[in-house]
Amino acid sequence: MPRDLIQEARRQAEICNACRYCEGYCSVFPALHQERFFTDGNLTQLANLCHNCRGCYYACQYTAPHEFDLNLPRALAEVRRESWERHAWPASVARKFHSNGTYIAAALVAGFALLFLVIHTLGSDGGGEGFYAALSHNAMVAVFAPAFLFPLVSIAVSLRKFWKTIGGERIRLVHIAGGLGMAAKMKDLAAGHGDGCNFEEEDRFSHARRYAHQLVMYGFLLCFAATSAGTIMHYGFGLHAPYGFFSLPKLLGIPGGLMLAGGTGWMVRLKLASDRHVGDQNAWGGDMGFILLLCFVAVSGLVLYAVGGTGLMPLLLALHLGSVLSFFLLTPFTKMAHGFYRLAALVRDAQRKSEHSNLSSMLSRHMDPIAGKENRT
Amino acid sequence: MTSQYDIVVIGGGNAALCAAMTAAEAGARVLILETSPKAYRGGNSRHTRNFRCMHGGPLGPLVEDYSEEEYFADLLKVTGGKTDEHLARLAIRTSEECLPWMEEHGVRFQPSLSGTLSLARTNAFFMGGGKSLVNAYYRTAEKLGVDVLYEAHVTHLELDGDQITRVDYTHKDQQHRTEPRSVIVASGGFQADTDWLTRAWGEPAKNFLIRGTPYNRGVVLADLLAQGVSQVGDPTQCHAVAIDGRAPKFDGGIVTRLDCVPFSIVVNKYAERFYDEGEDVWPKRYAIWGRLVANQPDQVGYVIIDAKSLELFMPSVFPPLKADTLEELAGMMDLPADKLHSTVDTFNTACGDTSAFHPTELDGVATTGIEPPKTNWARPITEPPFYGYSLRTGVTFTYLGLKVDDNAQCSTEHGKIRNLWAAGETMAGSILGQGYLAGFGMTIGTVFGRIAGREAAAYAA
Repeated sequence: MPRDLIQEARRQAEICNACRYCEGYCSVFPALHQERFFTDGNLTQLANLCHNCRGCYYACQYTAPHEFDLNLPRALAEVRRESWERHAWPASVARKFHSNGTYIAAALVAGFALLFLVIHTLGSDGGGEGFYAALSHNAMVAVFAPAFLFPLVSIAVSLRKFWKTIGGERIRLVHIAGGLGMAAKMKDLAAGHGDGCNFEEEDRFSHARRYAHQLVMYGFLLCFAATSAGTIMHYGFGLHAPYGFFSLPKLLGIPGGLMLAGGTGWMVRLKLASDRHVGDQNAWGGDMGFILLLCFVAVSGLVLYAVGGTGLMPLLLALHLGSVLSFFLLTPFTKMAHGFYRLAALVRDAQRKSEHSNLSSMLSRHMDPIAGKENRT
Repeated sequence: MTSQYDIVVIGGGNAALCAAMTAAEAGARVLILETSPKAYRGGNSRHTRNFRCMHGGPLGPLVEDYSEEEYFADLLKVTGGKTDEHLARLAIRTSEECLPWMEEHGVRFQPSLSGTLSLARTNAFFMGGGKSLVNAYYRTAEKLGVDVLYEAHVTHLELDGDQITRVDYTHKDQQHRTEPRSVIVASGGFQADTDWLTRAWGEPAKNFLIRGTPYNRGVVLADLLAQGVSQVGDPTQCHAVAIDGRAPKFDGGIVTRLDCVPFSIVVNKYAERFYDEGEDVWPKRYAIWGRLVANQPDQVGYVIIDAKSLELFMPSVFPPLKADTLEELAGMMDLPADKLHSTVDTFNTACGDTSAFHPTELDGVATTGIEPPKTNWARPITEPPFYGYSLRTGVTFTYLGLKVDDNAQCSTEHGKIRNLWAAGETMAGSILGQGYLAGFGMTIGTVFGRIAGREAAAYAA
């Protein structure tokens, strides 16, 4: 891990640990205040708990021009991106995409090209209906099964390494429930007071980023559910596409696509309005590229549905499937990976909380070494 | 020139903002003149973290109750009786209605911070600390139509008989004068003016660190006192505590505190102990250590602890110096190594049975036969690695200020000044003669800021 990034995060965390004013904002601070010295693993965990809500930055009396020059959201964002790059497998690929939107665009074009080539050379075997008239079901599976399995394997390898880095213990169901609960509500973007975060207009609290993120996350999950429903209907029940409007894939997929398109568009606008120096400036291009890719996946999917019966269909199919292919393959190496790392960090934090409550109930019978402080501002 | 504003508020911290919002809600047109740039707005309020609040039952983040009598008794303890009872009780009684008012104006509270459990009943903590309170108030004030000028330096208030007729200030290198109907002074004490502090306290003050804003230079306070506005508070005194010697000259704030003294020995630059480090629990003693250190050569002290005490106190902002031997530690701190060794040896020999050691209670684990003694938590310094901190005097605020009445109104020896009010640190000497009670500064600022805003708006209407 680059010493300067981790060392800078450590310097800042030590100042925060002597202050503690931000304890109520999010999951980072209670976890931070539990440590006295910060290992690289501690800092990696804190970095992945941070959602860059920026509440602590705008509340901080030690930001520049103060000589302490605190900017914890940026310091943690840099450690975070570095941790994703380091834990990705293969790592060398990740270093290109996290910081560079151009590479993402290039991957997208490559995805288009591949799909055009596949459609052109394999095409349909003659008998397909709907999209299968352009590209047969078997050809689709031949392309997408490996493209789906590879990221799963890659992320599994990464998470194993990551879990070791952050000192994770054996996972129990209650920890997973705790982590999922935090993620489902995006509680860390609501802040302890529930007014939201500081993102698009300095210290003004708003739920915009939280809601945009919810649209993206739930939109994506609905699209994923739509695809899964289609797969099950195809293989389990012999019900083949195309599906009508009142079918599960459509009922899940259309709202999902709309939410994903709207959410990513909103996210782009918020990101453009935000103060870039409170985040990881090196990741800006990569993050933006990824959000736009996700947006393209959603929009092209919706357009494909709209023009399904026309002559434009094969063109749109190639564009949509090309973007989906790139998206899948890039999942372990782009911002998409953050969902997995964050969830792991939240599960780890749920473990910390249960360890801590056991420990403190045990200790409280003996002593509370910090309970005797008072009388200072 | 008649001002387009009814009221000018001088200062940009908690008291100024409470006054400005209250006045604007009463219909007044208000201008805030804040001397600092926007990034440093809020004066010492940006370093605060809580509000001490009376309450008859659970209120917001506060548990149980905290009566006027108990609150006042707590105040008397720390001020040694140097308290204006009438104004203090007014502040205490009004604090209860302030908390919901603060929430309505954008302040958000959080449960008592880790390490401050003992304050959960008496002090309401701001989520994010004082700067987040200041941010919220600026947003609310701007919504109420209050205008704010940053880097606006007030140079003079013209007092003519019983009223202020003019406010002079510079902004963007331009001189301005304005004639509002009412003026509220909420621009703090003078502790950041090192020359003034040195005149008041003496030469050692040059080595003092200022824990808060560098913008409390007392310009308006001096200007008003020179024109005969009534003053209050001991002009030579300031509230000072012992803080990490590596803290910046200004604005080090909360993080520079050090809580390790009770578990240590403290020596001066000649490696000699000079006071009982274990006299009482640290919260009750950290203020007197500001003075003790101020009286040592070069106004510096050195704290020595060993490995067994390292985790008994809140983490420090800078890591301690660390060495495997006392000689090495002495070298890092520029202390005479032989002398430090003999001081520690003498201390260690004077320690007795330590089995009753208890870090959070007066445990009576004391030395025998040395001067000064250590009367609690006296454990020999034997276990390497050894750790060291330097201690310096950190000034929190000054006591000299403007004398006000129940309505926060200022006066001269001839009577009230019709259109001048004061709030916050600049008049806190009217209530606190010495000492300090955590969170009481914000109580004074909020209560008297609102009173000043109300009165100034009523006069201007």
